[in-house]
Amino acid sequence: MSEAQLRQRAGIRISVRSMLDRTAPAVGIATAVVLFEVVPRSGLVDARFLPPASAMLRSLAGQVADGSIWSPIGQTLQGWALGLGLAMAIALPCGILIGSLYLLFMATRSIVEFLRPVPSVALIPLAVLLFGAGLESKIFLATFAATWPILLQTVYGVRDVDPVAMETARSFGVSAPRRLLRVTLPSALPYIATGVRISSAVALILAVTAELVLGNPGLGQQINIARQSGAVELMYGLIIATGLIGWGLNILMTMLERRLLHWHPSQRTGTR
Amino acid sequence: MLRVEHLRKVYGEGTRRPFEAVADLSVTVAEHEFVSIVGPSGAGKTTLLKCVAGLLPQTSGAVYLDDEEVIGPPEKMALVFQDYSRSLYPWMTVQDNIAFPLRRRKLGKAATRELIQDTLRSVGLGEAGAKYPWQLSGGMQQRVAIARALAYQPEILLMDEPFASVDAQTRADLEDLVLDLRDRYGITILFVTHDIDEAVYLSDRVVVLTPAPTRVAEIVDVPLARPRDQVETKEQPEFAHLRAYVWRSIKRPEHAATASV
Repeated sequence: MSEAQLRQRAGIRISVRSMLDRTAPAVGIATAVVLFEVVPRSGLVDARFLPPASAMLRSLAGQVADGSIWSPIGQTLQGWALGLGLAMAIALPCGILIGSLYLLFMATRSIVEFLRPVPSVALIPLAVLLFGAGLESKIFLATFAATWPILLQTVYGVRDVDPVAMETARSFGVSAPRRLLRVTLPSALPYIATGVRISSAVALILAVTAELVLGNPGLGQQINIARQSGAVELMYGLIIATGLIGWGLNILMTMLERRLLHWHPSQRTGTR
Repeated sequence: MLRVEHLRKVYGEGTRRPFEAVADLSVTVAEHEFVSIVGPSGAGKTTLLKCVAGLLPQTSGAVYLDDEEVIGPPEKMALVFQDYSRSLYPWMTVQDNIAFPLRRRKLGKAATRELIQDTLRSVGLGEAGAKYPWQLSGGMQQRVAIARALAYQPEILLMDEPFASVDAQTRADLEDLVLDLRDRYGITILFVTHDIDEAVYLSDRVVVLTPAPTRVAEIVDVPLARPRDQVETKEQPEFAHLRAYVWRSIKRPEHAATASV
């Protein structure tokens, strides 16, 4: 076989490979949908509790069509945004401070390690006691849960700054505030971005949880109402909607990360 | 002129196991001189350099730059580290890397840009300003680090094994580049290396250190003619003689013995 033929063959193999790579997720999703369609219809499970996928999606489409889904989505996203925003406002400065001062790091370590694993849901009674059952409680819970990942990632990101990078800046007489801004923060940014991405998911979970348990307006409350009124298909439709939102937010975060960290080895394309 | 007087550095002083890295070290580097520091590995070369650079407080003794005691990083001094991939900032372009330390110099915007372009050209990277360091080869990255140090316009340049992580050919090119830049910019260079050939080839004087706790074992004059040439200089019997001399001086066992006294 000539070299050109070989190369052509390799080319075909690569393009087949990349086509498979691209279609595999779609195949996975299609399989799942078909499974959820066939299993209820075949009578293997009770269709009253697990309606066929088409019914779930139809009820979701109905909500989208008549516009009734947008307001709860907006309310859930409001809880997510305020919770995540507040968590960042608290965790970033605290994380930078704790990460920069070794004594503060040692002093706060056990407190953080103790508070972090406290499930936010366990604080629901406290939230009700402090803020009632309104939006404040939802935000409190989302903030509490979303603060820890960002805080910890910021602390470790700041502590992990390369000493050579730091010494270089010091040897050139760069002032401490400028070192923080131009060396410490960019170098901690990959950690912080990961923390924010985790916290984004956590804030969404807690927003929906607060709506479910406390009856705050939002998707969680709608899911509960659908269940109580026996609209099982709608309930599933709304659950799918929360999933889609979580997925969309994750894509958004990943895109943001890619932009901010275009220089980082994990994001570089076509090096050299 | 750089003067190091009776420098001593003990790590972990007051702890149960203090480590004496540098015992007693005095050395003087005259203006425009090229002095190399060689020694067996673990001879406190980097410790010495960090103390001289004002990055690490010494236990006792003093460092003077133009009769001024060094207590923090001096404005007249620039440092080039071995590990360019860690010392250049990947989130800044090449020109931003060079501009980063220049705020202290309070030049105008246009003058800064011109200075950056000039220094980049002088290290042979006139076109690389808008690139990111990680888009360049290792040797080119170290050239950027050298350009950054030059743009800072120091009187003295400290280099900590700057060519230890590039290939042999690049290394020879960079050695000649540094010699050339020294002449052009009229700077003093204190050069730490573990490579004896490199030390002899580059220097006016070679300071040989003992193993830790470090002292000066010997200071060797290098009367080889300048400008030096990778082929011609290195084929001279005088060069071979000097490198053998320095080699033996490093390996000589009595240094270890006297050091432990």
